[in-house]
Amino acid sequence: MEFSSVEKSLLESVADLHSIPAGAVNIRRDGEAALRRSSSHIDIVAKTDRPGIDVIVKPGTVNESVHVPVILTRSGFKDLVYNTFIIGEDSDVLVVAGCGIHNAGHQDSQHDGIHEIIVKKGARMRYVEKHYGEGNAEGKRSLNPTTVITVEEGAYAEMEMVQLRGVDDTRRVTRASVHDRGNLKIVEKLLTHGEQEAESEIEINLVGLDGTAQVISRSVAQDKSSQVFQAKLIGKARSNGHVECDAIIMGDAQIHSVPELVAENGDAVLTHEAAIGKIAGEQLIKLMSLGLTEQEAVDTILRGFLR
Amino acid sequence: MLELKNIKLNFSNGNGTAREVLQDVNIKLEKGKLYAITGPNGGGKTSLAKVIMGIYTPSEGQVILDGEDITSLSITERADRGIAYAFQQPPRFKGLTVENVMKIAQPSLDTVQIRGYLRDVGLCPEDYLDRDIGPGLSGGEIKRIEVAQLLARQAPVSIFDEPEAGVDLWTIQKLIGIIIRRYKGNSRGMAIVITHNEQFLPICDEIILVAEGTVKERGTTEEIWPSIREDVICKMKGQCGGNVYGIQ
Ligand SMILES: Nc1ncnc2c1ncn2[C@@H]1O[C@H](COP(=O)(O)OP(=O)(O)OP(=O)(O)O)[C@@H](O)[C@H]1O
Ligand SMILES: [Mg+2]
Repeated sequence: MEFSSVEKSLLESVADLHSIPAGAVNIRRDGEAALRRSSSHIDIVAKTDRPGIDVIVKPGTVNESVHVPVILTRSGFKDLVYNTFIIGEDSDVLVVAGCGIHNAGHQDSQHDGIHEIIVKKGARMRYVEKHYGEGNAEGKRSLNPTTVITVEEGAYAEMEMVQLRGVDDTRRVTRASVHDRGNLKIVEKLLTHGEQEAESEIEINLVGLDGTAQVISRSVAQDKSSQVFQAKLIGKARSNGHVECDAIIMGDAQIHSVPELVAENGDAVLTHEAAIGKIAGEQLIKLMSLGLTEQEAVDTILRGFLR
Repeated sequence: MLELKNIKLNFSNGNGTAREVLQDVNIKLEKGKLYAITGPNGGGKTSLAKVIMGIYTPSEGQVILDGEDITSLSITERADRGIAYAFQQPPRFKGLTVENVMKIAQPSLDTVQIRGYLRDVGLCPEDYLDRDIGPGLSGGEIKRIEVAQLLARQAPVSIFDEPEAGVDLWTIQKLIGIIIRRYKGNSRGMAIVITHNEQFLPICDEIILVAEGTVKERGTTEEIWPSIREDVICKMKGQCGGNVYGIQ
């Protein structure tokens, strides 16, 4: 399968793909499978009832990765896909998802991805999803991922979701349930600018004994962009949860940060920290005293913050 | 040469009135010399350093470096002209490592050289290179990294603001040694050490006493120290209405 230079650069941006990776791969382009390859331990099969794929990682699969990036290059294309990931017992894998939109036209492009992820007993999964948009025309780029994740007994899931510039409109919904001794860590990194709007809603149900959940959100809102961040932890058993959202606000941007804790069990320990503020003047001054211009100092601080 | 002429610095009290933090500061400092600035808390030492670095803008007066009036230059421009300042209370960052900041301080440094500067301030490079200059470092560690950056800048005007504050006794000795080696009789630059530590005074060529927003006295250690000591003792006795410190 041949990819154009635009497509190759989108794939690099969202999935760090410089060439076709080893292991299982599914590249979805403008609503169709451009490349699909299973590996001996990871099956990728098309769904029969609706658009999308099932990714099935066999139990005990370790040190393998699966890449499932999506790219949209046709202006005005609206894509809707349902993907299911079953991460088999005692496996240890990396899932690289992500969506890149190149919209050079006047019509709006949109990708809605509905993901269901089940991390089976004792398995470990790291999931990385990057969003990226480009194109200077007036056509908007929208991305709306919904992720429903189940972390079974003793399993560990780490989800890193990154969107730095480029996407005009995004609404992300993440719902999770964490069972006995399961651990879930969600890291969100977001930078909006111009008039972009981004909304993220996370709800984690700590249903099992001694489950843990950690949500870390780092975001920067520039210009006239706006962000809404809602994170809700529900402790239904003896469990531990922590939400940390830290935002830098610049220009005329708006940030709405709503951490919510619900304890339905006396042994649930839930905490949150939320902070919104400008870049500290002291930090700028310090870096300028080392010879950086003000703009270089701002860039250095933001790069560090979102690292 | 660095010259401050008739410097005045005001801060608003928030109720429409202004507080004079510096007034009539006139001072000339020469290349090749090591200066100590000392004086009571709140006397204006840090403010003076910040006026030199361009962090505070004086309401009156001029800052002149090697004949050029730099009063209206930005912090960045002054850094380019060779002024460097190690903060009394350095800020913390998220996601910026010790190595990152050392490279910003001196872009030409390679890792081996960075390690050298960290060792100079008593830090084991292996433990610190990749650490964030963030909440995970102790006060003394942050201070030492701040000093390492100033050393690395190799600036013609280097201002240390209480390099000893929060730093352990062993490191203070090390710092004194390094400051002597780097700045004593170094004709390429001058160093100004703002300090409350007696041990720094005798190593300097001159001591400048800053109090009540101005330069009260300056001179060699032999000239100045006895009068500083007298003054301090008198104040303590006076302020406390008796000899509560047990000073005879
Ligand atoms: N940014 C500021 N805003 C308002 N007042 C300030 C500011 N910076 C300094 N001051 C005031 O100026 C005076 C001198 O402060 P400065 O920090 O220069 O003293 P210092 O001599 O360095 O003291 P120390 O020995 O405690 O470090 C103090 O009264 C202080 O409150
Ligand atoms: Mg001070």
